[in-house]
Amino acid sequence: MNWQLVLDSLGPIALGAITGTIPLTLASFSLGLLIAIGMALMRISGIAWLSAVARGYISVIRGTPMLVQLFVIFYGMPQIGITLDPWPSAIIALSLNVGGYAAEIIRAAILSIPRGQWEAAAMVGMSRGQALWRIVLPQAARVSVPPLSNTFISLVKDTSLASVILVTELFRVAQRIAAPSGEFLTIYIVAAVVYWVICLVLAGGQDRLERRLDRYAV
Amino acid sequence: MPSEHTDAAADGLLLSARGLHKSFGENHVLRGVDLDIAPGTVHALIGPSGSGKTTVLRSLNGLETPDAGSLRIGDLAIDFARPPGRRERAALHRASAMVFQQHHLFPHLTVLGNVTIGPVRVQGRDRDEATADALALLDRVGLREKADAYPSSLSGGQQQRVGIVRALALAPSMLLFDEPTSSLDPELVGEVLAVMTELAADGWTMAVVTHELGFAREVADEVSFFDEGVVVERGAPAQLFGDPRHERTKRFLQRLQGPFGG
Repeated sequence: MNWQLVLDSLGPIALGAITGTIPLTLASFSLGLLIAIGMALMRISGIAWLSAVARGYISVIRGTPMLVQLFVIFYGMPQIGITLDPWPSAIIALSLNVGGYAAEIIRAAILSIPRGQWEAAAMVGMSRGQALWRIVLPQAARVSVPPLSNTFISLVKDTSLASVILVTELFRVAQRIAAPSGEFLTIYIVAAVVYWVICLVLAGGQDRLERRLDRYAV
Repeated sequence: MPSEHTDAAADGLLLSARGLHKSFGENHVLRGVDLDIAPGTVHALIGPSGSGKTTVLRSLNGLETPDAGSLRIGDLAIDFARPPGRRERAALHRASAMVFQQHHLFPHLTVLGNVTIGPVRVQGRDRDEATADALALLDRVGLREKADAYPSSLSGGQQQRVGIVRALALAPSMLLFDEPTSSLDPELVGEVLAVMTELAADGWTMAVVTHELGFAREVADEVSFFDEGVVVERGAPAQLFGDPRHERTKRFLQRLQGPFGG
């Protein structure tokens, strides 16, 4: 192992994580979560066509490879006049993806909250929207932390796919260093370790969040 | 104290329901129920499981919508001939407050949060004022020191007393109790019934679905006996328990008193 090369490459690769992977993950997860909440609410709205639209969306997202989705958006869309830069393309593809997977998690979490909570909220005078926002979603959030954490950690790793549409994130930086040096094994192991460290930190965060939300036991 | 808007209408009643019908699929649960409650009185609804008493109580708060019949609480009148809209259901929720069998406290909020969320978030009351009122009410039921606890750390009897305080804090014109002691361990029933007895003495108008016949006999001003979706018999507790007129009432009371007598 070339330790000097490890040290030399660690800086740029970590920088790629800080300026590429992490912001890409955060932006895509936030947007994806909003999409997911919207889709989950459409699924349980009881309005047939809204529910069908959400179901169709979820089915397409979960049934097609993310790499293909990225290519459709970045390389395909320009043919119909929609040309997007690498970053927006990546954020759109990744957040649509998170939206599809997290929608089912959130839907299941909302449905797991007992009917009595909705009734007590109505009795107290809340509208359905207030009941959802103040009573049901906070409890559903606790239920969905473990599965959503999985989605989040998968997303960190999936952002490496954005390297193929030229987003300068961790893995693309690694590729650029590796190519001229020929030290593929060393550089790609450094990249892998950086991903692993990010995911370790996130898993620790998940534990803390769960403990914080466990002040009450449902 | 009961809120001021308990003025009775011309008939001297706070609540009057006529001809309530309700089906769940094939199951015709209410087959024409009438119910009258005068202000400041306690009305006990008794009867076997599935007799419709809980469905009537839930209809009073707008948690169920009868298929037919009419209901008046205070100056709110609703005819179920056509399904009530969102606004009418909201008005029904406001007119009374309910204590549930399984308490249905909000587990992610503290005791104080459970009690103040309605007054502050729905009624728009000042938070400090609502908090002071909530603490005073909690003090009355002996739970002031639990204000910052989460419901899961309380005993069943304490949870149900918080449920009662949550209802009181809404300042409704009447209180509805849906078998408030049925899911409690026997040794915890007394503390909840004691609070309810005090509220009755304070002059609250109450409708109570209960299997606690002792409570109905001692505290209620009037009792309705339900069976198969109708009120079979209604009367003062002394009469209904002491000298029931209907065969079905007699059989129900005998069954509850059990083989060893009551």
